[in-house]
This record gives sequence, C-alpha cells and structure tokens, in this order.
Amino acid sequence: MDKTTQLVAQVEHAIATGQPLSIRGNGTKAHLGRTTSGLTSLDLSEHTGIVSYQPVELVMTARAGTRLDEIIAHLDEHNQMLPCESPLFGGAATIGGTLASNVSGPARPWGGSIRDLVLGTQLINGQGERLRFGGQVMKNVAGYDVSRLQAGALGTLGVITEVSFKVLPKPEATTYLGLALTAEDAVILMSQLAGTSAPISGACWYAGQLHMRLSGAEAAVTQTMAQWQRDYTMTEENGSQFWRSLREQNLLLGADPLWRFSVRSSAMLPHDADSVIDWCGSQRWLRGEYELETLSLIAQEAGGSIAKWQGGDRQAEVFSQPNAVLKHLQREVKHALDPHGIFNPGRLYGWM
Amino acid sequence: MQDARSALRRELAAAFADFIDPEYVIADRETQKPYECDGLSMYCEMPLLVVLPETLAQVQQVMTLCHQQGVPVIARGAGTGLCAGAMPHPDGVVLSLAKFNRILAIDPLARTARIEPGVRNLAISEAAAQHGLYYGPDPSSQIACSIGGNVAENSGGVHCLKYGLTVHNVLSVQLVTVSGELVTLGSEGLDSSGLDLMALINGSEGLLGVVTEVTVRLLPMPEKAQVVLAGFPTVQAAGDAVGAVIAAGIIPAGLEMMDHHAIVAAEAFAQAGYPLDAQALLLCELDGTAAEVDQYIAAVAEIFTAQGASSIRVSQSETERAALWKGRKSAFPAVGRISPDYYCMDGTIPRSQLAYVLTQMQQMSQTFGLRVANVFHAGDGNLHPLILFDANKPGEFARTEAFGARILALCVEVGGCITGEHGVGLEKIRQMAVQFNDAEIAQLHRLKSAFDPHGTLNPGKGIPVLGRCQEYRALAKGETS
Ligand SMILES: Cc1cc2nc3c(=O)[nH]c(=O)nc-3n(C[C@H](O)[C@H](O)[C@H](O)COP(=O)(O)OP(=O)(O)OC[C@H]3O[C@@H](n4cnc5c(N)ncnc54)[C@H](O)[C@@H]3O)c2cc1C
Repeated sequence: MDKTTQLVAQVEHAIATGQPLSIRGNGTKAHLGRTTSGLTSLDLSEHTGIVSYQPVELVMTARAGTRLDEIIAHLDEHNQMLPCESPLFGGAATIGGTLASNVSGPARPWGGSIRDLVLGTQLINGQGERLRFGGQVMKNVAGYDVSRLQAGALGTLGVITEVSFKVLPKPEATTYLGLALTAEDAVILMSQLAGTSAPISGACWYAGQLHMRLSGAEAAVTQTMAQWQRDYTMTEENGSQFWRSLREQNLLLGADPLWRFSVRSSAMLPHDADSVIDWCGSQRWLRGEYELETLSLIAQEAGGSIAKWQGGDRQAEVFSQPNAVLKHLQREVKHALDPHGIFNPGRLYGWM
Repeated sequence: MQDARSALRRELAAAFADFIDPEYVIADRETQKPYECDGLSMYCEMPLLVVLPETLAQVQQVMTLCHQQGVPVIARGAGTGLCAGAMPHPDGVVLSLAKFNRILAIDPLARTARIEPGVRNLAISEAAAQHGLYYGPDPSSQIACSIGGNVAENSGGVHCLKYGLTVHNVLSVQLVTVSGELVTLGSEGLDSSGLDLMALINGSEGLLGVVTEVTVRLLPMPEKAQVVLAGFPTVQAAGDAVGAVIAAGIIPAGLEMMDHHAIVAAEAFAQAGYPLDAQALLLCELDGTAAEVDQYIAAVAEIFTAQGASSIRVSQSETERAALWKGRKSAFPAVGRISPDYYCMDGTIPRSQLAYVLTQMQQMSQTFGLRVANVFHAGDGNLHPLILFDANKPGEFARTEAFGARILALCVEVGGCITGEHGVGLEKIRQMAVQFNDAEIAQLHRLKSAFDPHGTLNPGKGIPVLGRCQEYRALAKGETS
C-alpha cells in the first residue's frame, strides 16, 4: 500500500518539532550500525507493493517496505532473480533496507551488489520533499547518482520510498564443488580460478574447506566441473544448504562480536577456526573480542575497511573511521540531503 | 574587462610557472586553440590559461591557488567528450591530466589495475592482456579517451549489458578537492564503510573534484567470443528479437542495433559485409567458455531466425569478429562521411518503446527537414540518433539542436532519460529541466556545494540554474502545443 503521503507528513512533523527519526522496515537489520536512542520510529513496513515489473526489460520497481520474499516470488514466475543474492532474513528483509545497508550474498563479486543494480529511487529528503533520481532504464547519467549514494548510508540521507533495480535471468544450471585446503592456499586458488572464464558464482573458504559454486549455461557448468575435478581433485558437494546458510549469514552465529573485513581479495589476513572467507576473498568474517582500531589497521593494510557487524559495544563507533578530509566531505553530503539532521542520526557514525 | 582578464592571465601564468615547467603553462592563443572544445566542436570557448601539471603536488597547488583567487577550473582528459563537458571557461583554467599517463600497478591475483587518470581506456586492457585480463567498459572512443574522463562521465560501451558501466568497474579513486586537498574514495574491497561518495564521483563531469588516480577491476578474458550478425526487414522485428533473446534467459556480452541509414553508412566506411537490404541489423556477441558460447550462439541464431531475420552470419574467426564490430564501432565517423556534419544524441528508452520512438523520429526528421541515422545499444536501451546537417548552411545547426531537444523530450516521455552515457555538460543542460523538477535540481545544487561551496569547478555545466528551468519548460511546452 502506498503510504508516501503519511510518511511525508511524519517527516514534516519531525522537521517542525526537531524530533529525529529512526527509519525502519521490518527490523531484520536492526543489529547493523550503531545503537541510537531518543529517536521516533518511522515505519515503512506497510509501505509495500511491486509498482511495476517488466521481465523483458529486466527491471522491477517496488515500494521500499516490500519484502524480498515477495519480490523473489514474482521473479520466480519469470525465471528471473535478484543477482546480488541479498540475505532474506527469513523473507522479511525489505528492498529499502537492503539498499540502505547494501548487503549482498555470496554471488556479489559476479552478480554485483544492490548498489550496482539500483537504477532509480524515490526519496523523501530532510526538507520533506519527495524527489526522484535515476529511473527505470539501465543507463542514466543525468545528474548525480543520488540513488546509488543511498547504498550503505544506513538511512542517514533520506527516506527511500521506492526502488527500481535491475534483475537477471536465473542461470540454467548450478553445481557445487569442494576441496580441503588451508585458508592461505584457498585464497590463492580461488583468485586464480576467478581469473579464468569459468562460470563461477561463489568462492568461499570455511572450516578447512574451499567451496566453489558454478552457475551458468549447462554446457559451461558441466565442462568446468569435470575440469576442476580432474585438475584440482575437487569433489562435487551437496552444497545448497551450505550456500543458503552463507547467504543468510547463519554460519556466523555466536556470542562474541562479529567483524566484517572488506578488503583486497588476495590479501592474507588473520583467521581462526570459525572464520569465513567469502566473495572470493573480498569479504572476511572474524569472531572475537578485538579493538576497532587494531582491526582497522589490519584492514587498511589489506586495502580495505572493517565493520563491527554484530554484537559488542554498539554505542561506540563500529566502522573504520575516515580521515579529516573524508569526514568533512561526508558531513557536507549529509547536510546537503538532511540539513536538520533528522534521519538516523548516529546510526552510521557517532559524529553524523 | 579584457584588460583585467589579460592581467589575471599574466599574473596566474607567472604564479603557475613557479612550480610547473613553463612550457606546460599555456597562455598564448595559438597553442591554446586545440583546447577550445571537446568532441562536440559546435561548442567552443577560449580559456584564460591551460596548464599541464606533471605531479600530484602540482595539481594540488594549481587547485589551491585557483581556489584562493576564485578562478574556475575545468579538468580535461583526452577531450573526446560529447557534451561540451571539457569546454573551457573564458575566465578559467583548463587543467589537463594528459601528463598523468602511467599505469602504476597491475595485480593479476586480485585482478585490479591502479592507473593515472590520463591513461587511455584501451591501454589498460593492452597492459592487462599479458595476465589474461582486460578492463570491461569499452566506449567506441577507447583508443583515445582517458580513464579520468571515463570516471567523470560514467562512460559505457558496447559490453555494458553484461559487464556494467564505469561505476560498476571502478573500485577506488584518488581525488583532489577544489581547495587542493587529497582524499581517497572507495578501497580495494568491493565496498567501504561510510557514505558511498564514489557513487557521486562517477558521472560527476568534473564538478566535484579532480580525479588523480583510479583503481579498476579487471575481468578475465573470455575463452571464446563470437558474434552473430542478423539483418531484419523491420525495426520492430529486430526490437522483438532483442526481447526474445533476453526472455530466453541469455545475457549477451554485447547486443547492438543499427537502422538502415547507419547500416549503409557503416558498410561504405568499413566494408564489413553488412546486409544493405535490411531495415535493421543486430550484432549479438556471446562470450565465456567455449562450451557456453557454442550453446548460446546456436540458441541466438535460432531465435533470430524465428523472429524473421532476413540474413544471419556467425563470425568464424577473430578477424571476422573484429571486422563485424568495426562497422559498428566506426558508425560515428562513417556517418560523418555521408554528411558534412552530424550531431550525436544519447537518450535512453525502455526497449519496448523502440519501434514507437524510431517511427516518431522519422516523422520529426521530415518536419525538421534533416536526416537521422540510429545506432542503438539495444541490450540496455541506449539510443544514439545521429542527426545529419551542414553547419555552413545558415540556421541548420539551430534546427538540428531543436530536433535533438525534441528527441530527448520524447525519450523522457516514454520513461527514459536524456543521457545514457555522454553526460549533460553544457550541451544538455537545458533538457535537465525536462527530466527533473525544481526541488530535484535544487537538491543536486546542494550536493555540488557540499564539494565545491563557491562553484568554481567546471561552472555552468551539468546542473542548470533554477530560473532557467522554468523558462525552458515554458518554451518547450509552447513548442509542442
Ligand atoms: C567517436 C566517439 C565515440 C564515443 N563513444 C562513446 C561510447 O561508446 N560510450 C561512451 O560512454 N562515450 C563515448 N564517447 C564519449 C567520450 O569518449 C567519453 O565521454 C569519454 O569518457 C571522455 O573521456 P575524455 O578523457 O576524452 O574526457 P574529456 O572529454 O576530456 O572530459 C570529459 C569530462 O570529464 C571531465 N574530466 C576529465 N578528466 C577528469 C579528471 N581527471 N577529473 C575530473 N574530471 C575530469 C571533464 O571536465 C569533462 O567534464 C565517444 C566519443 C567519440 C568522439
């Protein structure tokens, strides 16, 4: 149901009263970012519905509160998919929340992220204006890409009310392979394999085992599987359960804080028994009590950044901190879209 | 005014020559001449000065000095842009990145390349080839255009449908801000914490900062690539065939269409063996493992036959594949041969609207008395109508521009946009008012100010002054009613 009018009214009220808002879909990603307090909830869970879907154009438009399971059900009917494989969190994850947190699944290095797939958005900015950026076509370079800017901003730049995104046909065939390997060797092998034209759609290391997923044309998948079995002694796995758990981030459950590195794919990083190396090395998960600063430095060495993904002290900063110049630019961009600071203050950074 | 400008020119030139090789501080009109325009030569302007710094520190110093004096700065790559984005400002400095032409590092294992902004697009793939890798986005201008310009325009190419635009292939950029500070956006990871300012920099047309280094992702060279050429008796049939390929679950590496006028021009230029009797032609490239390509080539050929193709040809060698592409990639210069001048438009439309848009365009062609040829990135709906005209005939360019404006308005009307890959620059600044309302344009201005509070980076480009928008909308309305 279209709740835009009500949402605009709530934003206007927040501006008038100076009462900042906490934007929320179905709350499946409430654990991301910092804990905030004293905010009024702006609920998008009833702002739902697929506005348009044209399979032949490979484009869908949905209101922000639309659940991913509903979206996927529609795509299934036309044998299409959301190539970024974002976690469904029981199906309740919304498309708006998925864009705001820019979370993707194991196919990310090949299928892209929701940040890559977004074609356009409708937003309510911090002045209560309804704006539209981008559109429903694949290519559009008129104006700054304000839609893509929302990816990973955790709702700090506006209320996303509608998202248009690219979808793709499902692969004809999928198969899973495994090989016992150390983390170091696995990182090298997966990187080497990703440098070939094999139809890879997943490369992960977990618990002493390299897991590879192939998806694409039947002929290509079959041929590559045979080749890898021969050349690397890989064995076929019954992998659907494993890859689903990986997508849903279930492999990572535990009591200690969970850390996520986003780094150069070939980097060698510290790991332990329950670490996960995903995205062909670009995304690493680590569990344990660590200092943000310590891991930030390690991430920086590896060309990337760190996030305290889940658990631990969430009143403190949870992301790598930018230097002074970058901090200034981020503040200015925030101010340009949300001059009164009413959207999710403190969620991304304590200072913004 | 003229005197004040000359004085400023002398003063700034002297200041720059203090830290830049004086040979690369260009103040005389004759040497400045090649910088007066980009690839859209109908728009030109002479700059105050042109500088070609050789080091990062020099770029920073140029920016700091200009910032202090309130002097506009126009970054320039190879000058192949098609929207007058790199056109100089009469009171501004053209900052050429031409000396930044080194490939700094290629990491074959991580599949990335770190390059300076002046490196030519094709040079990246050439350097990566020894590792079996290449850089995906391939604008037709790839032998000449620079990666810095590609980032600034978020350029595409014929392989975008499968491999994405510049924004999908750039991991990180180093940027010098308007005040001369250095900042790195993005990282070597696939995402970074904090606001995704990279999303803004790609396609920012030199309005937000100067790109001084770029890290891109490299792709594995496919084991095999093959192209199917098919002629169709009608544009509608060719358009339907594109839809049928997608509906069959196949995403080709490239899927290009040309209309009859473009076919004739390209064939005369490249002798690629295009079907001259066809009303539309499709070039469909498949790549991947040999097994995959064989499977999909057969499937695509079958679909094209079923959709009524009048001729089909599958490339049998790399030479033949290159020859078939040559016709398409040289379509602009080819059209340039059959007409004294041509004007290239760049709208995007939903693919389903193609036949309607082309029919409308033929009607407009008659109304305006100007011929139009079309090349089309059919896979992703990006249309390049080439309007043929003669700049020496009084009034003909004005008529061409009016025709172009009508085409762009039509693209927006059917749910598309005014520019798919060439950018707004100065050329399409008025049409921005067709695509965006005032609140949206004001928002874009506030974002610009976040990076450039005094508006000295490439002023007058990209985003229109608000007052002008209302005028333009009123005017455009008057014309159509
Ligand atoms: C024959 C022909 C075919 C073309 N085909 C295509 C095509 O298929 N796809 C496509 O997308 N484009 C195409 N183009 C357009 C053009 O080549 C691209 O826009 C290209 O990216 C421009 O690069 P450049 O280095 O020439 O940039 P320039 O023209 O020098 O500059 C373009 C813009 O970028 C800014 N800029 C340049 N360098 C920097 C920097 N380092 N930092 C900040 N801002 C900078 C400039 O200020 C300007 O606004 C074509 C052009 C021609 C002439």
